[in-house]
Amino acid sequence: MPTLEKPKKRDMLKIDDIHVYRGRTYVLQGVSLEVGRREIVALIGANGAGKTTLLRTISGLLRPKKGKILFQPDSQSQEIDISGASPEQIVQLGISHCPEGRGIFSRLSVLENLMIGAYLRKNRNEILDDYNSICRVFPILKEREDQAAGSLSGGEQEMLAIGRALMSRPELLILDEPSLGLGPIVVESLFQVLSEINSRGVTILLVEQNAIMALDLAHRAYVLETGRVVLYGTSGELAGNEDVQKAYLGGIV
Amino acid sequence: MSGGYIAQQIVNGLVLGSMYALVAIGFSMIYGIIRLINFAHGDIVMIGAFVTLGLFQTLGIPFPVVALAVLTAGGIIGIMIERGTFRPIRGAPQVTGFIASLGISIMLQNLGVMFLTAQPRNFSFPDYLQRVIKIGAVTFRTIDAVIMISAFCLMALLMFLVHRTKLGMAMRATAENIDMARLMGININRTILSAFAMGSALAGIAGLMWGGKFGQIDPLLGFVPGLKSFVAAVIGGVGSIPGAILGGYILGLSEVLFVGLLPPVYSAFRDAFVFVTLILILLILPNGIFGKRIEDRP
Repeated sequence: MPTLEKPKKRDMLKIDDIHVYRGRTYVLQGVSLEVGRREIVALIGANGAGKTTLLRTISGLLRPKKGKILFQPDSQSQEIDISGASPEQIVQLGISHCPEGRGIFSRLSVLENLMIGAYLRKNRNEILDDYNSICRVFPILKEREDQAAGSLSGGEQEMLAIGRALMSRPELLILDEPSLGLGPIVVESLFQVLSEINSRGVTILLVEQNAIMALDLAHRAYVLETGRVVLYGTSGELAGNEDVQKAYLGGIV
Repeated sequence: MSGGYIAQQIVNGLVLGSMYALVAIGFSMIYGIIRLINFAHGDIVMIGAFVTLGLFQTLGIPFPVVALAVLTAGGIIGIMIERGTFRPIRGAPQVTGFIASLGISIMLQNLGVMFLTAQPRNFSFPDYLQRVIKIGAVTFRTIDAVIMISAFCLMALLMFLVHRTKLGMAMRATAENIDMARLMGININRTILSAFAMGSALAGIAGLMWGGKFGQIDPLLGFVPGLKSFVAAVIGGVGSIPGAILGGYILGLSEVLFVGLLPPVYSAFRDAFVFVTLILILLILPNGIFGKRIEDRP
């Protein structure tokens, strides 16, 4: 007899034992994790651990061989299994993925990049409101709105990528290595913005090489090693964990 | 060699270039969005010519309606080619797409020969399209003016669609990064199909023009405009629409001027000039005139 468990707090995203292959490589070997509402969850781990694969599977670019990905946006009363859904359907449900390397459309203008983030939305006034509020957060984007996006600096491109992801008004924002290739001051202000975005009610799932920054920002974190979750807990717990310190924090906290 | 003679050659070159440009745009749009050359693209020109023949000459439908019908027919053929050939093999190595489209090309030509016979047919437009207009030393027919003006209007319309509409923005995004476009919620099947439909509609209308200009059509006529427009697209930088347009005009003009300005014994080498032009331009600009380095999509 299976026991009926009462649902505890409603998670926004619940990944249940997913197995993902890339070509013939068995990348995710049974990963489970939860992201609560309004939480910031960090995913840390070495190169090749499967972090990017996990994010690409959530947003529908890859399909798991096995396992479930349950997502429950605020507007829905039930969890939806999105493991077989297309990226288009998943964006529509409220997950926005800001990929590694930013993936901005360099030949489109800055303005077009932001507008394309709102591709599925219909209400022009709301889109304009969001555009204005993103320009308040990143004033440089407003200044350069007619420029080709490819002409922006790395930091500006990252801001554009995040701004574009926000233009779909996501409930869950997925970020893959937002600090990659950026100087420490830019990273600092970027993380400040992420924290602000979160306090406005956007849930964030973040992959980050810079584990110190990630643990500083996130409420909870998961450590991924060769396709499996080896450790998880609150950021404080992980920051205090000896193994984590040795492997990811360079021994200093 | 008088100035009037040269002006005449330039007008002839612009007429030919307009047709090359319209066909080259399709090569470039399709390459831009799926990184494949559709070798059956030239045969859409042939289909456009035969649709014109059937509707206009046989059924006597008014010319503007025929023009719209030919655009539509071209678009529908493009959609069928994408759905039937390119979509099922999307993600396969490039060479698979090349060979598949070559297969479609051979099939279309042979279906044409089967049902329409290889016998060339006369393509005679009514007098109001054949009337000779004389401006100074330059003479041309009404159809030549129609070709130049309508080609210009269609290109302007296309640039508007691609740069000023939401669908166009989605197409440009898809051409740049297909995965990212999907993450934006863009239905890439729709954007790819739109590129095929628009490019092929222009090839179809080029068929109408080709028939009107040369007066004779047969089921294999698509080969020459297909090949030369492909060259035009490469000269302009394949993937770039302005490049395809510029390449089309460069090719049309240089072909006519080579033939017109060199002694008549060389006129048999007209097609060789086209490729000499291609080689010269690629020696200086390996990616074509407007070509960006197009990286292979991972």
